[in-house]
Amino acid sequence: MTDAIVPSRSPAATHLPAAPQRVRGYWGSVWRRLRYDYVTLFCLVLILIIVASAVFAPELAPLDPYKSSMAHRLKPIGYRNYLLGTDEQGRDMLSRLLFGGRVSLSMGILPVVLATAIGGLFGVLAGYYGGKVNTVIMRTMDVFFAFPSVLLAVAISGSLGGGIVNQLLTLTIVLIPPLCRVAETATAQVRTMDFVDAARATGASTLSILFTHVIINVMSPVVVYASTLVSVSIILASGLSFLGLGVSPPTADWGLMLSTLRQSIYVQPWVSAIPGIAILVTSIAFNLVSDGLRQAMDVRS
Amino acid sequence: MWLYAARRIVLTIPILLGVTIICFALVQIAPGDPIQNLLSPTASAADAARLRAAYGLDQPLVVQYVIWLGKVLVGNLGLSIANNAPVAGQVLHAFLNTLVIALISVVLAFVVSTIFGVLAAYRSGRLADRVITAVAVFGISVPPFWLGVILVILFAVNLSWLPATGMGASGSESFDYLHWDDFKFAIMPIVALALPPLGIMTRTTRAAVAEILNQDFVQTLRAKGLSERAVIVHALRNILPQAVAMLGLQLGYLIGGSVLVETVFTWPGTGYLLNKAVLTRDIPLLQGTILVLATAFVLINLAVDLVQSTIDPRIKRS
Amino acid sequence: MIHPIAVAGGSHPSPDPRDRGGPAQPMLIVQGLKKSFPIRAGLLNRTVAEVRAVDDVSFVVVKGETLGIVGESGCGKSTLARLLMHLIPKDAGQLVLDGDPVGEARGVMLDELRRSLQMVFQDSASSLNPRLPIEQSIAYGPRVQGASGSSAKAQARSLMEKVGLNPSLFGQRYPHELSGGQKQRVNIARALALDPRLLILDEAVSALDKSVEAQVLNLLGVLKRQLNLTYIFISHDLHVVRYISDRVLVMYLGQVVEIGPVDAIYDDPKHPYTQALLACRLSMDPEARVEAAPLAGDPPSPVSPPPGCRFHTRCPFVEEICKTAAPVLGDVLALAPERHLAACHMVQPGSGHSRAPDRVGVH
Repeated sequence: MTDAIVPSRSPAATHLPAAPQRVRGYWGSVWRRLRYDYVTLFCLVLILIIVASAVFAPELAPLDPYKSSMAHRLKPIGYRNYLLGTDEQGRDMLSRLLFGGRVSLSMGILPVVLATAIGGLFGVLAGYYGGKVNTVIMRTMDVFFAFPSVLLAVAISGSLGGGIVNQLLTLTIVLIPPLCRVAETATAQVRTMDFVDAARATGASTLSILFTHVIINVMSPVVVYASTLVSVSIILASGLSFLGLGVSPPTADWGLMLSTLRQSIYVQPWVSAIPGIAILVTSIAFNLVSDGLRQAMDVRS
Repeated sequence: MWLYAARRIVLTIPILLGVTIICFALVQIAPGDPIQNLLSPTASAADAARLRAAYGLDQPLVVQYVIWLGKVLVGNLGLSIANNAPVAGQVLHAFLNTLVIALISVVLAFVVSTIFGVLAAYRSGRLADRVITAVAVFGISVPPFWLGVILVILFAVNLSWLPATGMGASGSESFDYLHWDDFKFAIMPIVALALPPLGIMTRTTRAAVAEILNQDFVQTLRAKGLSERAVIVHALRNILPQAVAMLGLQLGYLIGGSVLVETVFTWPGTGYLLNKAVLTRDIPLLQGTILVLATAFVLINLAVDLVQSTIDPRIKRS
Repeated sequence: MIHPIAVAGGSHPSPDPRDRGGPAQPMLIVQGLKKSFPIRAGLLNRTVAEVRAVDDVSFVVVKGETLGIVGESGCGKSTLARLLMHLIPKDAGQLVLDGDPVGEARGVMLDELRRSLQMVFQDSASSLNPRLPIEQSIAYGPRVQGASGSSAKAQARSLMEKVGLNPSLFGQRYPHELSGGQKQRVNIARALALDPRLLILDEAVSALDKSVEAQVLNLLGVLKRQLNLTYIFISHDLHVVRYISDRVLVMYLGQVVEIGPVDAIYDDPKHPYTQALLACRLSMDPEARVEAAPLAGDPPSPVSPPPGCRFHTRCPFVEEICKTAAPVLGDVLALAPERHLAACHMVQPGSGHSRAPDRVGVH
């Protein structure tokens, strides 16, 4: 039986000579281009490591991040079993760094995800419906654009007060307008395409058209843009924590650690700089990955 | 052109109104009842109601907003809770301190980024390009306040070249930027502020110059025997409108976003004032500072658009 | 109310179960259709003027025929197509589909119109959703009309075979993996997916190579017979329109200037605009090609169309009457569809134009 060695496909596929199985699609082609971009791949791996180390912080942390010790305050890097030294309360820096990543990374990613969903939705509605809907949504966004992002974050956070929920809320509000604008521009462009009219001509509901035809095409520019905002969000979050508008002590958070260690720069300058290095490395990695992603998704290249 | 300018100015008015609405809302979203803070613990409910009426807080929100807006328009930003001094005076005083270092920073970033950008575009793919690109990525990714801390560690703690914080002995009143003993206090804040815009502007300039160098008219200039220097001048003139736009935008961001850097260096500008307002939960001070900064940001953007429309012949929208 | 009119043009194959009005009832009656777009300007973005893209257009589409619509770009052809499809709202006018007014109580509802009336778009980057495999693009219509996933898919595959695309080979491909001709076949299959009776083809073959164009035109001819279709064929290509059409409608600045059977229009054009258009064609015989452009200049702005006859600014026969009085086409709805009509003072008896015929000598 010759059939036995032929992997069973649909009967139609068997009589096609040299029919290449090209079920690749758009994301397949993006990945093909990304595969040879070693800088982006390296940063992607780096991000995975950073995220994993935050997720598995309880398993990885050598010591209790909350256990302070008056005897071992502000010890240098490599002191006894404190790999990265200790902070102003004698807590292990490495353990606090690992645990701090949980808050800091969440504050980089969660607000971007929320703002992409909310801002993207408003942008798609504004772009698709145009007219008055567009005017109301986009002019409101314009008002938020009248504030530099840091100022808006400090304004909202400063009024609401500290705390992790308020920080999440603040960052989400700050990130909504730019994402809304990007989604609106992309949607308005897609809206003029004939395939949208063809879909309308079938009598499809607006909701169905938005999901089947519009959002799928608006997705990639919005996602690329959103990826650039992760590092913005991490820096904004650490800035708010630095001002005391984030998590409350003793919770570990890179921005807050930087803030409390600022008093100690004369004693242990380089230990005090460590949380900043964590922020910097994470932020650079996200920036370079989003750069690579943008290039890979650019149809022209 | 004039129609464009007039329209651009008219369109700014609703934006500014929106800004005042958001600033007004800041007080509303702040937790806690301001009246409770003013009352003595023994005060009765009637006392609270009387006080509420005295402050106009029993009125509907819209009425409160209109009354507040009327005061703002004549320059009355209310009283600071901390020291009962008018907010407007404090903010204006601090604003000048911020404006000066922001201006110096943005000019510094502009000059350096132009040189970097042209150099990187010319040496595309070579070592100089890579180094400059790395610096740019660093500038964009670094938290500016942490950079401030590092600068302090390096130049104040380790090397003792520069003072760590503050405005020095002469203080804010008689600070003289042309005098070295004063100016050295401003150096580190300026550098820390300049790096993020430096990164952004370097990347933009590099991309713009690289694009222009690839265009036909530059090849024509070269073919006609024009020196490379003249070619660069030509290329720069073409990106001028874009550069001006960037410059203005970044200035706006620095003025509004200097809160963290100013906090690190205890530089008595609006950012430091904001930090103070946040720490002491002085909401009127917070509101007034934000309002002034956002208004400045909007006006700077307006100015940039108007300047750009005069130097860029392509903008003749009517 | 519009009465059924006698039909001479068009063929009548076996009776169609979808037919409601009988063979004499036109497939589509368009009456007084109007659409204008506002132009905003000034300090406060007020509406300062409007473009009258489609200005009082009336015509009839007979069952089973192909009505060609020609005109320069910007004359309102595409706006007309979109109005017929209800993709943009009309300002005024009425559509009657097989005897039933569209979008009114007791008439055909929009949903039914959607099924009966479909459109094939010009082949372009935007005609197909770049993120959907083409099988899904075709199956989308049946899906939203309530077909199950598997039956919509089966329908899509059978339609692909009908338009000459192997479903196993092409079904999972994305538009960017297809040639222009293949994409146009997909566009046609998608339009057929709802089993329409009237197909609007808006520059459907204009972007294709000549050899591919011929293939697609042949396919359209076959499909029309097989599926008992009626076509409205919009194109700026006069050769193609002559090849495929039974009757032709000529548009100028949002108005119908001439309508009639294809041979009458091509062999004996009445309106100077039609004459000029036809003279612009490249002749197949190089010796016979015209040297001078018969149509000088751009059409006047549709924002402020000239008074009187809209063509008078470019017409070689212009006279005083043309600048003041707008010529009328004649009642296209009441007269038999095969009549040859032109909106020109030169063919209107007693219009005042020196070339106008006497009152007796009507065409």
